[in-house]
Amino acid sequence: MSKHAPEPISIFDPRIMRPALIESFKKLDPRTLWKNPVMFTVEIASAITLVTFALSLTGANKEPAWFTGLVSAWLWLTVIFANFSEALAEGRGKARAASLRKTRTEVTAKRLKKPEFGAAYEEVSATDLRKDDYILVETHDTIPGDGDVVAGAALVNESAITGESAPVVRESGGDRSAVTGGTTVIANAIIVRITANPGETFLDRMISLIEGAKRRKTPNEIALEVLLIALTLVFLLVCANISPLSIYSVKAAGQGSPVSLTVLVALFVCLAPTTIAALLPAIGIAGMDRLFQKNVIALSGRAIEAAGDVNVLLLDKTGTITLGNREAVEFVPVGGHTDKELAEAALMASLTDETPEGRSIVVLAKNKYGLQADAPPADAETIVFSADTRLSGLNTGGKQYRKGAADSTVAFVKNLGAKDLHIDLETVVDRIARAGATPLVVSCDADILGVVNLKDIIKGGIQERFQQLRSMGIKTVMITGDNPLTAAAIAAEAQVDDFLAQAKPEDKLRLIKENQEQGYMVAMTGDGTNDAPALAQADVAVAMNTGTQPAREAANIIDLDSNPTKLLDIVEVGKQILMTRGNLTTFSISNDIAKYFAIIPAMLLSIYPQLNVLNVMHLATPLSAILSAVIFNAVIIPLLVPLALKGTKFRAMPAEKLLIHNLLLYGAGGIIAPFVGIKAIDLVVGMFV
Amino acid sequence: MFVQTWLLPAALLVTATIVAFPLSRYLAWIMNGKYRSLPVLGWFEKSLDSGPQDWKQYTGSLLIFNTVLFIFGYLVLALQPVMPLNPDGKGMLFPSTIFNSVISFMTNTNLQHYAGDVHLSNFSQIFFCIANMFISASVGFCALVAIIRAFRGDSSLGNYFVDMWRVLVYMFVPAALLFGFIFVWQGSPMTLKSSYQVTTLEPTAMGTTDKGEVKRQTIVVGPVAALESIKMLGTNGGGFFGMNSAHPFENPTGLSNFFNTLAMMVFPFALVFMYGRMLGRMRHSYVIFAVMLTLMAGTVIWSVCYDTLRPNPGLTAHPVARTYIIPNAKAPGGKQAVRLPAVAGLPLDQHLGNLEGKELRFGTSAGATFDALTTDVTCGAVNAEEDSLNPLAALSPMTGMWLNCIFGGKGVGMINMLLYVIIGIFIAGQMVGRTPEYLGRKIGAREVKLAVIALLVHPLLILMPTGLFSATSWGLKAVSNPGAHGFSQMLYQFSSASANNGSAFDGLGVTFGFVNNPNPSPTAIPWDIATGLVMLFSRYLPIIAPIAMAAFLGAKKASPAGLGTLRDDTATFGFLVLGTILIVGALLFLPVAVLGPIAEHLGPIPFGG
Repeated sequence: MSKHAPEPISIFDPRIMRPALIESFKKLDPRTLWKNPVMFTVEIASAITLVTFALSLTGANKEPAWFTGLVSAWLWLTVIFANFSEALAEGRGKARAASLRKTRTEVTAKRLKKPEFGAAYEEVSATDLRKDDYILVETHDTIPGDGDVVAGAALVNESAITGESAPVVRESGGDRSAVTGGTTVIANAIIVRITANPGETFLDRMISLIEGAKRRKTPNEIALEVLLIALTLVFLLVCANISPLSIYSVKAAGQGSPVSLTVLVALFVCLAPTTIAALLPAIGIAGMDRLFQKNVIALSGRAIEAAGDVNVLLLDKTGTITLGNREAVEFVPVGGHTDKELAEAALMASLTDETPEGRSIVVLAKNKYGLQADAPPADAETIVFSADTRLSGLNTGGKQYRKGAADSTVAFVKNLGAKDLHIDLETVVDRIARAGATPLVVSCDADILGVVNLKDIIKGGIQERFQQLRSMGIKTVMITGDNPLTAAAIAAEAQVDDFLAQAKPEDKLRLIKENQEQGYMVAMTGDGTNDAPALAQADVAVAMNTGTQPAREAANIIDLDSNPTKLLDIVEVGKQILMTRGNLTTFSISNDIAKYFAIIPAMLLSIYPQLNVLNVMHLATPLSAILSAVIFNAVIIPLLVPLALKGTKFRAMPAEKLLIHNLLLYGAGGIIAPFVGIKAIDLVVGMFV
Repeated sequence: MFVQTWLLPAALLVTATIVAFPLSRYLAWIMNGKYRSLPVLGWFEKSLDSGPQDWKQYTGSLLIFNTVLFIFGYLVLALQPVMPLNPDGKGMLFPSTIFNSVISFMTNTNLQHYAGDVHLSNFSQIFFCIANMFISASVGFCALVAIIRAFRGDSSLGNYFVDMWRVLVYMFVPAALLFGFIFVWQGSPMTLKSSYQVTTLEPTAMGTTDKGEVKRQTIVVGPVAALESIKMLGTNGGGFFGMNSAHPFENPTGLSNFFNTLAMMVFPFALVFMYGRMLGRMRHSYVIFAVMLTLMAGTVIWSVCYDTLRPNPGLTAHPVARTYIIPNAKAPGGKQAVRLPAVAGLPLDQHLGNLEGKELRFGTSAGATFDALTTDVTCGAVNAEEDSLNPLAALSPMTGMWLNCIFGGKGVGMINMLLYVIIGIFIAGQMVGRTPEYLGRKIGAREVKLAVIALLVHPLLILMPTGLFSATSWGLKAVSNPGAHGFSQMLYQFSSASANNGSAFDGLGVTFGFVNNPNPSPTAIPWDIATGLVMLFSRYLPIIAPIAMAAFLGAKKASPAGLGTLRDDTATFGFLVLGTILIVGALLFLPVAVLGPIAEHLGPIPFGG
């Protein structure tokens, strides 16, 4: 199976850079910029400096034209840099959407009059299909829209959506009935009931999500924006207020000139939280994009954010914690039989068994005991597993080979006239079950030969993963249909925190509700129709792309790889987005201290020359000091774009440690960095001024 | 010298902490309604109880109650001439002054644009000042308790009237009685008499009348001890006398000074622990307490270091007198030559630091200590002249008012701290990769909005009016000092009004006096109105918005703390809150600090000329 995960797009990919550059100028339109109120005020500020620059040129403004001109240019650049970061993030999404859209070519559909094979159909365009239309899809046809298979079964190539080239079976009834528009039938024919109107299909939704067109701000993003707007407003008033204060001070000191409009505007832009406001949209869009790189589609940004908050992960045992199937690892004979006898009987009982467990018995018997049995004997009669007998096996040469759960096999041999059982059988069965494995009792006619130890194989590295989750305060709960004994043993081996044994779908729902009652946020994965209620209830619900339509409808995140372990990645990305926002906000606000130390002494120097002692950075001249602060404020945005797009590095550690780490890096660092940066810029600017 | 300087501040901080701890237990017990009252009191309490209230009903009751208080206060002051207990026949204050004073006392500010001993009768002192001091102190207290109940997830915020009753009857009345006796014992007057006419030791000191008789001195007395105890306990700060706690009747001895200072600290200290107790999160309240105590120690150490331990720069900064040219509109050419300092070169011993405006009966550091503490807890009483502090030392009381959360007034200081906590958590909480939570509840857009409104009203109400008055004659004509110090005077006045503090840089022309005053300060009316409005808005917005915020937050489901949640009871959290307060404070107030005290400190003209 070859997979093509969406190719990672380099941040500096020219195919994205160029349109982003153009877009960042288009976004200067106040009608669009208005959506980012902080940057909108910066644009107004830039416009004001353009006026003061014009006045400098005419001589109406006494400030040198090079100063007002450069301040104005850098303020405009601040806005453009902000637009650029957003455009860059959007551009990455658009590039992916474009590649998806290529798969959506014009398709004709065979609309059936009745949902039956052989019924008459008319050829219509896919765009004319409506909900509840029935269509026929035959070999080599492209499925024209999302729907449910109502009759037949077919092999479907879903690589257009999932990147998975191996075809999958889609059949009516059961959990594999959903088909997606844009995928292709490779073999057989199916009748599909359309479940989505054109423009509302999964592919359409995916494209618009990736493009960011339908991106809605998440609750936390809105709250952060409220704070940023409030800060901007306050700094606006603080700066405006400096004007009368400086007029008073000029009178009081009898010298100097009041702070000019250009300088006040420059101070305002430096103080306003422009860094985070500029990068905020990009952080959210890039987060979605990072998830998409992992082949996960979040149907809302809210879901990713919730993923960061999750306290409890419900994980299906099979496929997530253990490899899908159990494997035979050992033959334990009872009642004086040799293990070779047992192996032979087990081999016979499993020869025609196509289940993975059955095949693993054959493999073990061949590898360990060198037994040869490629084809079943001619007279072989296969006994298929049934819910009644709960046994499977083979009748050949007058012998009845059986294997099954202990109680059903025992009942079977007793029925054949077995008087008493081997005394060691119970101990062996018990030992195997207690260790979390499944004991499979093997019999030949009325005699029990021994027990096959079928073991769940825990995925490699999963323990470390759970360990990390635990250190992040996330509890893992394993969901399994196994009996409590088996479940406990696997839970212990995999090191999950808790387990739910003999779980029915309604138990899952109850468990989620209970946890939510206690204030926990719960994440789960599911694929079956009976998972849908639980998926709808969970805060973060990940549906496998192979899952049924109801499951996908109920979920808020779709995993295209249908790999349940993805849940862990989703949590990481959720946390990363929040961390990036928090870190950059802290950095942005901490920066202001240094900007004050650059601008305040500079702007008041003519009034109170003694304030030069506050010029701790020893900046060359007042004008170069102000200009350097403005330049720093602008260039920090593109410098931080890679961080905003990639997200701050994820570290699995307790909140306390993480907080100290980030406070030092972005808080303390945010205070120090601009002192260094502004000084460095001033050294350059000072050469020309 | 070291011990003399630091013993008093250290003893005060330690004693207040020790007293606060058991006191908080009592407060929580009372506010949780666990007590059994005497039948009479119980009957009163029951008849007040209008049932459980939600946040709208609670704040509604609070506002209606305060409106009634405003009308009552206005009537008492306006009718002063016809009311009893006014043997000296004190007249009516100018209406704008009454407006200002009524708001001032109703809002627990006690900014006084009048002098109590000159302008108020004993009737007004008792039924206006003392009554308001008890009541206004309780209002903030109730607001905090309502917030705690909301955070606790209680079904209602309690009942405003019952809360007021509990705070008044079971806390302030007994505490005020206790401290009242201490002040009487130390020598404060407690009488309904209004004044004594006495012959001074130097009979001619007061001059003689036209008939050649020796003028006698009028010594004003009154129910001083009663006012003094609640003035300090309720962090009100409005003195019986214009001299406030520097007056020998208000603060007769060193011991009374200790209790005076302690009295304003105990309730704000105890409330922090009460917060933790009522929420069942003592460790969280220890961290908040530690942050507040650190800031308080910082302001005290700063003011003592720059005042008690530094000479007066007006006397020493310039060993040789220099001539400065300062602007003066009246002088020819608009400039005037001033030789400063006039005392340069005099053999002055300044090893005791800046002694200007200090009451030396209490020791050298008592003034600087008191001045810092009084603004930290938004009391506003003074036992030394704030205006005379060394310029840099004056930053300390200003910082106390600007941050407004270093213990702060009863209830409201803690509420302000909670706003900083929530903003701090909101910013930093994301850094641990979760939606920020306080007390396990997610902080959403609505909570941020309300917290930010409540938090930013205060700085804006300081900065905007200061800007307005600096640019107009209202400010320019009112300041008694030109230059940076004059700016500090205006800045201080609005800081004090907005922080509901009440202390002042004296010398600002804000007093109109009686209606018939032939010679009022020309700028008194705008100052009365402006500071009145500032006090009004900066009082009620930062009470209502946080109660609403707490109600919204409390209604959310709390999620249990785990390894992944930001813990609010660790040293890291303390540093986070401290950092938030200092950075936000610095960003808002650095420009004005530079234009005022810092420019003044750096010279060249000491004290602005």
